[in-house]
Amino acid sequence: MVTNGSANGSGLLARWVLVVIVALGLAGSVFAEEPSIAQATAPAPRPKIDSGDTAWVLISAALVMLMTPGLAFFYGGLVRRKNYLSVLMQCMIILGVLSIQWVLLGYSLSFSPGSNWLGSLDWVGLKGVGLEPYPDYAATIPHQAFMIFQAMFAVITPALIIGAFAERMKFSAFLVFTLLWATLVYDPMVHWMWGVGGFLRNMGALDFAGGTVVHINAGVAALVTALVIGKRKSIDKHPIPPHSLPFSVLGAALLWFGWFGFNAGSALGANGVATNAFVVTHIAAATAATTWAILDWTLNGAPTMLGTISGAIAGLATITPASGYVGCGAAMVIGIAAAMLCFLFVSVIKPKLGYDDALDAFGVHGVGGALGTLAVGLFACKAINPAGANGLFFGNPRQFGVQAAATAVTAIYSFVATWILYKLVDVLIGVRVSDKDEAMGLDLTQHNERASTMLE
Amino acid sequence: MKLIIAIIQPHRLEEVKEALYKADVNLITVSEVLGHGRQKGVTEVYRGFKETGNLLRKVRLEIAVNDNFVEPTIKAITTGARTGQTGDGKIFVLPLEQCHRIRTGETGHEAIG
Repeated sequence: MVTNGSANGSGLLARWVLVVIVALGLAGSVFAEEPSIAQATAPAPRPKIDSGDTAWVLISAALVMLMTPGLAFFYGGLVRRKNYLSVLMQCMIILGVLSIQWVLLGYSLSFSPGSNWLGSLDWVGLKGVGLEPYPDYAATIPHQAFMIFQAMFAVITPALIIGAFAERMKFSAFLVFTLLWATLVYDPMVHWMWGVGGFLRNMGALDFAGGTVVHINAGVAALVTALVIGKRKSIDKHPIPPHSLPFSVLGAALLWFGWFGFNAGSALGANGVATNAFVVTHIAAATAATTWAILDWTLNGAPTMLGTISGAIAGLATITPASGYVGCGAAMVIGIAAAMLCFLFVSVIKPKLGYDDALDAFGVHGVGGALGTLAVGLFACKAINPAGANGLFFGNPRQFGVQAAATAVTAIYSFVATWILYKLVDVLIGVRVSDKDEAMGLDLTQHNERASTMLE
Repeated sequence: MKLIIAIIQPHRLEEVKEALYKADVNLITVSEVLGHGRQKGVTEVYRGFKETGNLLRKVRLEIAVNDNFVEPTIKAITTGARTGQTGDGKIFVLPLEQCHRIRTGETGHEAIG
């Protein structure tokens, strides 16, 4: 009989953690409701809510939500059939578990006014996070609209890491690691960059939609998990081809679509900066997809579907931090550079170094995020966004130094903290499934299901 | 002439192919099949309903060989497919009456290689 990975002793801890979270979630939502209703019905004069801004941010939140299932299909198509559901499941359960974590604790740690290093516990369970605007973040939309938009970022960021340890991680260990990582790595990083008082924000570092917080952070964490968990069996002897590239194309298309919410929504209003972000996001994705296809054609003999969508994702990840600060020409340069550098990483440097980042979470998101964050220091222009800064090419070399410092701080913290957490989970639960379960596939051994039948 | 049919674990296919190439056996047909041996399959659960004793995915190899290649072929398959666990599979050797190469019309020993 097949042993069931999630039914042994180590799975108990994970299941218990899950139950506690759901229970806390119910309790939290009860006490969170009162202040928001009170605020909504209070007769006192309110800050003015702009209906256009609010509509755009809510739609953007929905667009970003769709990116996580999009990522699930993008990653899911790239693994072997026997592990298809495991990747979809890891993405979808994050949508559940981390949304709860965000409402209960994550949003408060990330955004409530606290120290330079971490938010306070004032907004735990969304206490005081109501329907009035919170002008420090967004003066024209309800505070909860900002909160739910950010919730979708908190969901997709840890989901990006899945690409590195795909096809070999135990589901119970994955759950515990993801919760710890979101709380101790993602939430503090958000506060540093975007929270009131955050030290990177105070330093003047610019990250429009998450080059540091989302992409460098998740990308470096992915590298660490790939190093700690080790390579997939047999990867040294045989390459592992994707089981269904059309699913990956579907996923990449959903990611591209959702990214308009991710970047243009980060303007937190329906305005010129949002439009700029929308346009440069599309330009960078288009340029990088085309560049990667040309690289494939020139160097590997044929333009490939996987290369083209990899290029699109690389361009999207790279433009993310820059989307609110750079213009169309810069977006093209960024797109070309993103495709070239990420191509180099996933097809030349990774095989040389020999780590098994299964679906190139580091090579695309980590590398692209770092490139984009540095590009802000070159191409940022106050004519596009007066709230931003000028970069090196607009007479302000200091900004490049600040961006480099933010990149380094993010990468170093993510590397060290992820290493500690992943090792801790490995000691407590064990991150890797047994050889037998790995051979059989995670769908049957971790989830008692299979993605498709062969007969009927 | 013999026809060798082997049922192996899907994840051992690459190793078996490699062992066969080393033994100079290059012409094989591979298909995906479902099987149910002593291993009893797996339990699947869908919305709480258990399905037990389901069939497991296996890979079936068909290799037609001349008599002097029978032993090397069996050895190669065994080397590549064995993990020591239940479910490693079986090898069947059957007499083969005729063999025709469609392109040239060759028959018998010549058509096999």
